Amino acid sequence: MPYLITFNEEVVEIKTLDEQAIEDLALGATVLGTGGGGDPYIGKLMALSALKEGHEITLLNPREIPDDALVIPSAGMGAPTVIVEKIPRGTEVMNAFKVLSDYLGREVYATLPIEAGGLNSTIPLAVGARAGIPVVDADGMGRAFPELQMTTFHLYGVPATPMALADERDNVVLLRAADNYWAEWLARTITIKFGGTAWIALYAMTGKQLKEAAIPGTLTLAQKLGEAIRESKESKEDPIDAILEVSGGFRIFKGKIIDVSRRTTGGFARGEAVFEGLDEYKGHTLKIQFQNENLVAILDGRIVASVPDLITVLDLTTGKPITTESLRYGYRGVVIGIPCSEKWRTAKGLEVAGPRYFGYDIDYIPIEKRMEGGK
Amino acid sequence: MTLRLGIDVGGTNTDAVILDENNSVLAKAKSPTTPDVMTGILNSLEKVLSESGIDPSEIKYAMLGTTHATNAIVERKNLAEIAIIRIGKPATLAIAPLTGWPEDLRENLGKHVYIVQGGHEYDGREIAPLDESELKRIANELKSKNIEAIAISSVFSPVNSEHEEKAAEIFQEALEDSVAITLSHEIGSIGLLERENAAILNAAVTKVMKNAVRGFEDALEEKGVHAKLYITQNDGTLMSADYAVKYPVLTIASGPTNSLRGAAFLSNEKNAIVVDVGGTTSDIGILVNGFPRESAVAVEIGGVRTNFRMPDLISIGLGGGSIVSVERDEVRVGPESVGYRIVEEALIFGGNTLTATDIAVAAGRYKLGDVSRVQHLDKSLITKAIARIDAMVEDAIDRIKTSPEPTPVILVGGGSILLSNKIKGASKVIRPQNFDVANAIGAAIAQVSGEVDRVYSLEQLGRERAIEDAKKKAIEEAIKAGADPNTVEIVNFEEIPLAYLPGNATRIRVKAAGYLKA
Repeated sequence: MPYLITFNEEVVEIKTLDEQAIEDLALGATVLGTGGGGDPYIGKLMALSALKEGHEITLLNPREIPDDALVIPSAGMGAPTVIVEKIPRGTEVMNAFKVLSDYLGREVYATLPIEAGGLNSTIPLAVGARAGIPVVDADGMGRAFPELQMTTFHLYGVPATPMALADERDNVVLLRAADNYWAEWLARTITIKFGGTAWIALYAMTGKQLKEAAIPGTLTLAQKLGEAIRESKESKEDPIDAILEVSGGFRIFKGKIIDVSRRTTGGFARGEAVFEGLDEYKGHTLKIQFQNENLVAILDGRIVASVPDLITVLDLTTGKPITTESLRYGYRGVVIGIPCSEKWRTAKGLEVAGPRYFGYDIDYIPIEKRMEGGK
Repeated sequence: MTLRLGIDVGGTNTDAVILDENNSVLAKAKSPTTPDVMTGILNSLEKVLSESGIDPSEIKYAMLGTTHATNAIVERKNLAEIAIIRIGKPATLAIAPLTGWPEDLRENLGKHVYIVQGGHEYDGREIAPLDESELKRIANELKSKNIEAIAISSVFSPVNSEHEEKAAEIFQEALEDSVAITLSHEIGSIGLLERENAAILNAAVTKVMKNAVRGFEDALEEKGVHAKLYITQNDGTLMSADYAVKYPVLTIASGPTNSLRGAAFLSNEKNAIVVDVGGTTSDIGILVNGFPRESAVAVEIGGVRTNFRMPDLISIGLGGGSIVSVERDEVRVGPESVGYRIVEEALIFGGNTLTATDIAVAAGRYKLGDVSRVQHLDKSLITKAIARIDAMVEDAIDRIKTSPEPTPVILVGGGSILLSNKIKGASKVIRPQNFDVANAIGAAIAQVSGEVDRVYSLEQLGRERAIEDAKKKAIEEAIKAGADPNTVEIVNFEEIPLAYLPGNATRIRVKAAGYLKA
């Protein structure tokens, strides 16, 4: 079965990332960003800068982490608009690590992303390089999601706090929240005081917890997706086929956007894009509804894919993923669906990030089941 | 009489026009664009004057749309010796200036790079106080380095430009007047790296533009034209020659913009799609209230990612000189082109190359040259090539549109004779008079503008007052740039709420434009 989780079989135990690997990973992370998650560009440049300064980026298979080691994921939090303007100093997460590891009385063994889609896929690469620790080839989403508690770590009972939030001025806040929802809420308030972004270390866990709660192999998956897009361009083959093969995904639709409507509610960019079918999809209509990320795909009135499965729009000719912000009339794309991690398909997983959490009164049906019913 | 001269440099030809007070075309001329650009400009100037016999002293305004800045960046030629100052420490250290740039440009421009303490937050608070003594020390250090230009950018300068301006003051005081200083907030928007990149590119081409403006001024004087000189920028409005020397990067893509503005003027349509077919390529753009729609995505120039405003354009490899060939059973049109040599190489002109223009003549779309020389062409070849040409244009038109509704389509540029009067997706097809020099006309009729792009906290100010403030500032800017206050109006207004930011932060962009004060 083409689930992300089985992808782990292909993952090597340890490897270092070079410039090309980072470029690929950043591109592939936008496929996993499912239309949101922010542009990995800044994180990519941070990682490339760390390489240039002679640091090494090591990717480690989760299996290689000792059970009792302390692993702390790292991420950026806040408004993408601020992150692209107030570029980080580069030491923020290290400060957060220091405060957190002092508090826990232990050294940090490795870091990893909480989300493999979008901007936060690349942030831990630079952190690992500068802190001299490996990055675990895994994450807590296998995609992008908008809130802190939407992680598989949360599903497995790992508390987000104690967490540390840092800014470029050496401010560090150590936060202990009643639960992961409070953590999200309080962290966002601090982020505002910091000037719109915070660099965070959270979900501190042991190697044993990590192996149980994380989605393995997702950074390598992102890298392979990016590599597939790049290589298909070089060899002039269809990039979409290559992406589907690497991701175990499904081709949902091929079409041209004939309408996009948007509204901003509660800080979220919600909206809908309508595609008119091209070629073998002529005469059919596909609607994608999004809230920062793509949430559901509806073919001729019938739902064919929904969260937590990944829905991504790819450029018809280049195969490059398109974010929800850049969807517009006349755009020609292929819509694909990628099965999410099995961890999201549990009762708890669907409660945290299933269609109902996003306001759709429908049952989740895995994409491979939905696709069985024909085109 | 008060006449205006308009010159626009295209990829294939450099066009010139002379307009009277009523904006009627008195004379027009075309001359091949040359590798050094200036020779082509001078040739077309010479031609339009000599062929029309107009008294040069009657020309009071000269408007130039040129590719000097673009060429210098793309070819990495004649770049200035620059220093790069970024204000943002302790933030921003994780990514140094010039990261992600092509190696050759980085080596060329990255010799004097400094990151200094200062900068602002999105709400206007300081990240840290500006380190003025460090700036003074740097200024001192640069004295002995023969610096020709400086690029200064500061975090959130579109919200608060104080630190950039203070830094400029310090450098102006310490260095010679000839050193050109670029402030990032004057050319780019939110997105530090892209804005800084634009500022660096700008600083690098200040020397080229200074020489171009001087060269053109001298040539005008020599021809007896004592006109006030303006340079067209890529939003369809003019800058004074002095301003252009300061912000040359704003001239990039001014050519297609001039065509769009010229098309709007000639057709009297304010909302339409413009197809500008040149000798080698076609640019398809869209007019909104008479001005080109701006691109919403980051634009790469010479391999460098920037975020300053650029017209939203689709460029396709179709022009009057496009070479038509048959590969297996498929008919190809372009992207190779005979360019300005069409007058020798096309079949209808006695040459041996089958061009798109030959196809248009053979299909009866236009009468030109020696028609008998294309009568032997295979009917199905003509049909297929015509279908290909139409499909290329119709596809691009569909992509640039914002809705499925049919929209007026204006055809301009010398190569537009290739196209049919029936175009899918067009409510009507307009071929204005003087379509072949629409770009030079666009330059000649350009207005002057002022622009404001900044983030307002609506919680403090209230929406009405914020908008009022932005509009007032834009109008003031336009008048400062030379616009007649009686003709200035708001031509563009955008309000973009910033997601995830508290205090109701909104980015407001306003542009005002008006005609030159007579």
